[in-house]
Amino acid sequence: MNQLFNTDTKVHLDAKIHGESLTQLPQDLYIPPDALEVYFETFEGPLDLLLYLIRKHNLDILDIPMADLTRQYMQYVEKMRAIKLELAADYLLMSAMLIEIKSRMLLPKPTEIETEDDPRAELVRRLLEYETIKLAAQRLDEMPVVGSEIFVAQAYYQQIVEVAPPMVSLEDLMTAWKAVVQRASHFKHHKIGRAELSVREHMSQILRKLKEHRMMEFSALFDMVEEGVPKLVVHFLAMLELAREGLIKITQQAPFSPIYLQISMQD
Amino acid sequence: MEAQNTTDMKMILEAALLTSPTPLSLDDMRRLFAERIERATLNMLLDELKVDWETNPQKCTMELVQVATGYRLQAKSQYLPFLARLSPEKPQRFSRAAMETLAIIAYRQPVTRGDIEQIRGVAVNPNIIRQLQERDWIDVVGQRDVPGRPSLYATTKHFLDDLSLRSLQELPPIEEFTQAELSRDIA
Repeated sequence: MNQLFNTDTKVHLDAKIHGESLTQLPQDLYIPPDALEVYFETFEGPLDLLLYLIRKHNLDILDIPMADLTRQYMQYVEKMRAIKLELAADYLLMSAMLIEIKSRMLLPKPTEIETEDDPRAELVRRLLEYETIKLAAQRLDEMPVVGSEIFVAQAYYQQIVEVAPPMVSLEDLMTAWKAVVQRASHFKHHKIGRAELSVREHMSQILRKLKEHRMMEFSALFDMVEEGVPKLVVHFLAMLELAREGLIKITQQAPFSPIYLQISMQD
Repeated sequence: MEAQNTTDMKMILEAALLTSPTPLSLDDMRRLFAERIERATLNMLLDELKVDWETNPQKCTMELVQVATGYRLQAKSQYLPFLARLSPEKPQRFSRAAMETLAIIAYRQPVTRGDIEQIRGVAVNPNIIRQLQERDWIDVVGQRDVPGRPSLYATTKHFLDDLSLRSLQELPPIEEFTQAELSRDIA
């Protein structure tokens, strides 16, 4: 409901009173009620309106004539209520307070209670506090602010990010390497190429070995495991070929006993 | 890379102050020298730099000012009318209601919405609080330990920076005003 009060504090002077346009705020306290329509939105609230009434009247804030003030205040509030009811709640509260103060002042004071506070004291305190804040707000508003009255130096510079070398432990390195190797294995192609291995050549090798040793154990013949599977296969084929051609003899005494090779003796 | 002498150090400080988008705190400035600088030395260099900018005709355009979060270089006031032409659209000023709300928070902090309403005599428009928070001028610093636990608002360091203040003590004094008014009214 305070939306209207807070949006703008400028007075809208495009209003007309008794057919004449209002060019400035009325100077006297007794504003024609019609003018209020234009006027009351400039107040920030009931305290602001009260302060205005007091100052316009040149009243002593410490000795407010409650009857006059309340009467005038009520005139405004009544008008305000007629125009915009939703605005009036805060103002009505103040009316109640003013009337309460006035009525307490009217009550005859029992002589024995002489130290009773002036019923206006609280109102005066609030009015003074509000006026203080009002002034503080003006002072703040007048202060230079960065962006409008203060221009801060802001030279351009090319940002060069200083790269801090990352810390790597030996373990990290090993983990990384393992990952690389594993990944690489997925991409390895299975290549089939023509093996340049000659069975004949291996047949000669076997014969040469057997000539040297006369008799060899089967496994001893294949002592070239590290040279790779293809060679082993060819070697084996060569051995079989030699046996087929009857150039070597393969013997075994009993199942699971060592297999021996030897050159066939020509009859 | 390290500064060789105090002249070097002053130049480094100046470069940092010129390029920093926010005020530089003493801690920031010590980081410039990898913390290998005494606070006393730093303060001395800043004083020298301040005098340089004030007196050296080669660089008389800026002034070194201390605000809430540190030091910054800003244009001297005689250049403002010209600089203002570059941005003809002034940043929007806050409404009177917003300024009063801000003033209450600045001078009476920490305050709740209720405190603000008590002083202003009208309900607080939540938009105003939001506006001030978006500007990063106020924030919630806690809750008052009463039913409803209302938020307590206070002004930020950014607010002080924007108004070129080092602390809340430097706000325009208002206590004197009330006293002066009182005596005038009584007289």
